[in-house]
Amino acid sequence: MTKSILSVDDSASMRQMVRLTLAGAGYHVVEATDGADGLAKARGTLFDMILTDLNMPVMDGLTFIRELRQLPSYRGVPIIFLTTESDAGKKQDAKAAGGTGWITKPFQQDQLLAVARKVLGS
Amino acid sequence: MTQADPAEIFRQEAQDLLEQLEQALLDLEKDAGNRDLIDGAFRALHTIKGSGAMFGFDRASAFTHHVETAFDRVRRGEVAASAELIAVALAAKDHIRTLIEQPDAADPAEGERLLGALQAVVHGAQAAAPAPEPGRSPADGAAPGHPVLWRVRFRLPKDAMALGTNPLLLLDELRALGPCTVTALTDALPPVEEMEADGCYLSWDVALTTDRPRSAIEEVFLFVIDDMDLKIEAVDGAGPPKKLGEILVERGDVPAAAVDAALAGQDRLGALLVKAGAASEGQVRSALAEQQHARHEDTARAAASVRVPAERLDGLMDRVGELVITQARLSQLANSRGDADIKTVVEELERLIAELRDTAMGIRMVPIGSIFGRFRRLVHDLSRDLGKQVELITVGEETELDKTVVEHLADPLVHLIRNAVDHGLEAPADRVARGKPERGQVRLVARHAGAEVLIGIADDGRGLDRERIRAKAEEHGLIPAGAKLSDGELYQFLFHPGFSTARAVTSVSGRGVGMDVVKRTIDALRGTIDIATTPGRGTEMTLRLPLTLAIIDGLLVRVGAGRYAIPLPAVEECVELSAAADTRSTGRSFLNIRGDLVPFLRLRELFGSRTPADPHQKVVIVATGEQRVGLVVDQIIGSHQTVIKSLSRLHADVEMFSGATILGDGTVALILDIAHLVDAGQARDQQRIAS
Repeated sequence: MTKSILSVDDSASMRQMVRLTLAGAGYHVVEATDGADGLAKARGTLFDMILTDLNMPVMDGLTFIRELRQLPSYRGVPIIFLTTESDAGKKQDAKAAGGTGWITKPFQQDQLLAVARKVLGS
Repeated sequence: MTQADPAEIFRQEAQDLLEQLEQALLDLEKDAGNRDLIDGAFRALHTIKGSGAMFGFDRASAFTHHVETAFDRVRRGEVAASAELIAVALAAKDHIRTLIEQPDAADPAEGERLLGALQAVVHGAQAAAPAPEPGRSPADGAAPGHPVLWRVRFRLPKDAMALGTNPLLLLDELRALGPCTVTALTDALPPVEEMEADGCYLSWDVALTTDRPRSAIEEVFLFVIDDMDLKIEAVDGAGPPKKLGEILVERGDVPAAAVDAALAGQDRLGALLVKAGAASEGQVRSALAEQQHARHEDTARAAASVRVPAERLDGLMDRVGELVITQARLSQLANSRGDADIKTVVEELERLIAELRDTAMGIRMVPIGSIFGRFRRLVHDLSRDLGKQVELITVGEETELDKTVVEHLADPLVHLIRNAVDHGLEAPADRVARGKPERGQVRLVARHAGAEVLIGIADDGRGLDRERIRAKAEEHGLIPAGAKLSDGELYQFLFHPGFSTARAVTSVSGRGVGMDVVKRTIDALRGTIDIATTPGRGTEMTLRLPLTLAIIDGLLVRVGAGRYAIPLPAVEECVELSAAADTRSTGRSFLNIRGDLVPFLRLRELFGSRTPADPHQKVVIVATGEQRVGLVVDQIIGSHQTVIKSLSRLHADVEMFSGATILGDGTVALILDIAHLVDAGQARDQQRIAS
């Protein structure tokens, strides 16, 4: 069965890059522009993996992850967040909020795929 | 089938291990801090000790134990691998060999003395120990392709599954690294009523054999590594499979005392430990799984190569030789009957037998590096005894040649290297005075060239003294005073029995025996020796040896009524002897081969053939190295698988032939010795230039 991934990012270029990479590898990708948008879409569909940026308008990534983990159906679903090298503190916060793993920006397409395969299985 | 004696197998194994040990020790001399070398030396000692005790070599085992203990301290970084330590360890290695191979000849006092020396070095050198490189475990340095057994134990945080980490995927990733044995530990499992549905209560022990580095294993746990318990240890895979108790103690699950106490009982160790409450059932089960895994991997690796006694290989080669001869007879018969069906089968058989021959000969091929090892020791000892600094550079260890050739080569090479170090290289002070580096160099180079192997022994020393050799040759009455000789001819006197130009006889060489023995041995192997030297720059001896002694591809030719085989790899081309070239004077005959003048020899004259010559004679151009010569024959019959039979002692001085072979019709053909024929042809060439 095709695995579906929710990609949450306020940057359109980033969303496009994620979509091209993951859709190209056979995943079904749904996009959201911020945490609130993402939460609404996650309530409607059960995704197999969530990929989210941390710095977003309206609802930031930390809040989004925390809210998502409150939903019983999202216990156990891997949540991958995007972070940067300088954001060591943010990484800890995101893990504490319920994040499963992370990708450090900037990243290559194959790094993103490797992480998706790592948490979804190949 | 002969029943192999386990003690004999151990002796063979120990021989290999001792060679490895020596190699590691000599390498350590240059690279004192190298962990891989230290570990290699330790593992060799460890195995000799362990197996020795099993096969009744108690003295060897006990002695090795002490050496191993000393090396354990080196391994732990408490003692430096100093030059003194290596010198003592090399001597100890020799003593271990004696203890194993000729226990009666081993002097207990010598053993005591060595252990005393070892103690002195180890205790005296403690302060000088270099700090071990941080975070570098032996297996981290493992070269790719060298699998290491890793012991991975991990426990995830209880909420890991709730947070999206799937332990099954982690195990899958580990399995992708190499063969795994996974044991789940259920010790921390709570009663069902306290269990949370997505809580992670299990921990896992994984025995993983992989050639990937530790970082690859850590990578698997990337997202959880900070929050989990993870222990990754490399297990020392050398030596006999580990006992259950050893594994449990190494893992830190059970104190050693508990194992010893349990061993005193009669029950199975695992059951006892569990009963005594020292270990949980899961821990024991997991340790047993690792043991099983290691055993399995060991067997798999052992099956990849087989040890076979040398005489069985010789036997196989003999049979293949007979088969080739029989097949030649069959081909002859099939051709004379003219039955196309039989011919097809015979051709198929011919192809199969040629392949079988190549396979059988391939089995006999061993890399020459197997004897290079002992030369490093030789050079090490020589440089110490002679007070010279010598660096031995070896190139082409992987060059393969026939086992018998390699075995017979060892002694001649020892002589040549000894000569290079003793006579070739100057004393350090002289070298400095001549503006050369203080440290002399001896290069040992092996390489393939067609069907031959070239082995060069070159030094950067003083070079041969032409005049001294000449004076000596005159003094011995070998040449008349003032005779005209080429350098090559003059240097060949070095191989004359009793000929030594060394002024002083040292303990190492210069007794006038040796070089003639070298020459004789190389001749017996159907090889040649060339000498090149530049005064003040050094000398190079080049041994030219056939790849194999057993079967060669030959070109069968007819000269008069007799048939002769020419080793095919030496044949460059065959041309017709034109009437114009034929009518020239027989004393100096040359062919113009695309602008090159190639001397030719009339084999009819050489062999005194009286039958009338064929109207269309052929010339077979043969070559060794750079030199070519044409052999005039009556007819070229075709290629022939030539099984070489040696000539009897009675014919040992016939230089033109290197052996004989049996043809399909049962007649005998002589095999031409190309090296000698080329020399004879080139000698004519010299005459031409001189005249």
